Amino acid sequence: MIADILTGALRSGTSVLYASMGELISERAGVINLGTEGAMVAGALGGFAVTVWTGNPWIGALGGGICGGLISLMHAFLVISRNANQLASGLTLMFLGLGLTAFFGRSFVSASIVGFNTVEIPLLSDIPWIGPILFKHDPLTYVSYLLVPGVWLLLHRTRIGVILRAVGERDEVVYAYGISPVLIRYLAVISGGFLAGVGGTQLSVAFTHSWVEGMTSGRGIVAAALVIFASWRPFRAMLGAYLFGGAQALQLVLQSRGVDVSPFLLFMLPYVLTLAALFLVERRQRGRMPEGLSKVFTGATG
Amino acid sequence: MEGLRRWIAKSGFVLGAIVLILLSACSQGGGTGNKPVETSTASAGSDKSAGNSGNAPGTGGSAVGFLFVGAKDDYGYNQAAYLGSEGVAKAFPDMKILRSENVPETAEAGRVMEEMIRQGAKIIFPTSYGHLDPALEVAKNHPDVVFFHQGGLKTSDNLGTYFGTIYEPVYLAGIAAGKMSKSGKLGYIVSVPIPQVLLNVNAFTLGARSVNPKATTTVTFTGSWCDPGQQANAANSLIDSGVDVLTQHQDCTKTVIETAERRGVMTVGYHADASSLAPKGWIVGSVWNWSKLYEDMVKTAVDGKFKGSVYDGKYRGGLKDDIVQLTAFGEAVPEDVRKYVLDKKQEILNGKLHPFAGPVKDQKGNVKIPDRSVPKEDDLEATNYLVEGVIGSIPGQ
Repeated sequence: MIADILTGALRSGTSVLYASMGELISERAGVINLGTEGAMVAGALGGFAVTVWTGNPWIGALGGGICGGLISLMHAFLVISRNANQLASGLTLMFLGLGLTAFFGRSFVSASIVGFNTVEIPLLSDIPWIGPILFKHDPLTYVSYLLVPGVWLLLHRTRIGVILRAVGERDEVVYAYGISPVLIRYLAVISGGFLAGVGGTQLSVAFTHSWVEGMTSGRGIVAAALVIFASWRPFRAMLGAYLFGGAQALQLVLQSRGVDVSPFLLFMLPYVLTLAALFLVERRQRGRMPEGLSKVFTGATG
Repeated sequence: MEGLRRWIAKSGFVLGAIVLILLSACSQGGGTGNKPVETSTASAGSDKSAGNSGNAPGTGGSAVGFLFVGAKDDYGYNQAAYLGSEGVAKAFPDMKILRSENVPETAEAGRVMEEMIRQGAKIIFPTSYGHLDPALEVAKNHPDVVFFHQGGLKTSDNLGTYFGTIYEPVYLAGIAAGKMSKSGKLGYIVSVPIPQVLLNVNAFTLGARSVNPKATTTVTFTGSWCDPGQQANAANSLIDSGVDVLTQHQDCTKTVIETAERRGVMTVGYHADASSLAPKGWIVGSVWNWSKLYEDMVKTAVDGKFKGSVYDGKYRGGLKDDIVQLTAFGEAVPEDVRKYVLDKKQEILNGKLHPFAGPVKDQKGNVKIPDRSVPKEDDLEATNYLVEGVIGSIPGQ
């Protein structure tokens, strides 16, 4: 049963993982993007639609990423170039994404796709216990295994990562060095939206093989919250995403094993458990917030 | 730097527009471009079918309005109702058919109905449970319009409600599932614990246990009528636990069926025929057949006979009225199983068999329906327990 819960954690946590990696990059550069939900749902529809047209889920994932990136581009424009309030802009784009996809997605409700299917990795999937948990998933899940260390390496071991974090902390310094914080932030927010879009595609093209209005049902918001509770660290955010996915799977596994707990209580579990666990981490990690999150770069202060 | 900023500022407004266009390009398919109220025949203003247009409610209209809570092709509840509206369109070619999809169960529904009335509708079908209260409001202001509400329990002077005893085919599908299952473990993915849902879980289980007394139905609640992510989770965890037949009570049914098919387990459909989604694993399904009923209701109203008709109040039809049906069997179902199920169907049609004929016991073994007694429809519609053989608990109890 524990193996089933862990497998379920990866299955339903992966879409949240993508979105939270995207959010993490964006926030490290100093921009909170609550529009992640909107980017994710745009990615879910865009990825599904492109897969329907091309029959190729990889192109679908690219299309989903681009749709997510476009939603986030609007956020970047409003926040960075128009000095709009980040939270207001993010929330607006969340609802815009949900509304637009509900409208344009109608004809895709009944569409069937050849999406990503489970690919068993030879040898690795034969490892007892661990094999089925880690190595019997869809390709986008495997990509996400590489994504997390990739984001960590990018942020902590590359020049662009240093610049990106510096923009999130002290944009004046970066500006003084002759690098445009505006450009860096645009790139960070757009690639964050791209990842959220790929996360949405994982949900529609790999996990459920369906498109339904509002199918992200809050996963993007959870991803945004996870990043903050994970103190902007990729591996913590990954744990958070799997914890959320695991709790979502857990309540259904418990029900399917006939465990006598009210499902209403279980419905809350993903949120309560994720909050509680990450809250404990957060208490020891105060003061790590990128400073740029508390203000907006005006370009004139350097 | 300034150059970049100025460039961004200048092109900003254009940018927003481009993004919107691209997004729509990302997502617009070859399907219907739905407007909130869609007209399907062009013969506006024709009042041939107005009949004896006295003051009777429902007469003298040029249109019939339909409200759906979801998308018309969801392989589910709304698709079934939509097919019914197509039946009306075919039977009344002179009537405008106004359809509105994705109508929320709020005051918005009332506004949609008002708009339909403005466009000449004297007959309106609010097809979702939650459209009832807005419909009652609108009905009060338009005594000349007839409302046929689907699945409700409240009525008014010009509003009747109707539904079908879907538990009859669900019981038959349970028999088929009980015969087809190798593990004897059946899975039922449901939304929320309302009587309709519990009634179906019970009927399915009673059907399965009538042919395999050891069969169990494990029920999982997703807490929502349509959340594909949680449906996929539920399907996967049921399959992981050894269930080899999955069925469901959700509005959108595609995810569960496709997940079952991909993982090689069998599936029993609900609401609409989705056998095309599961060519290997499809056993059978329970579906609504609203066309005939809708046509008869429209005819009754147009003729000015709504008052005093069976539809003026709470109407319930079943297998014998052809309002609910069993779909065709899947290819994997052997001849003897088909014959057995169809024999049982005949017994229901003859009135010899009632799915809930006593004795029926709940999960704890308490007798809920005594031996040799047949429950009243109202009692069934108030079901608040799960029968013996169901694994799982009702939220809130």
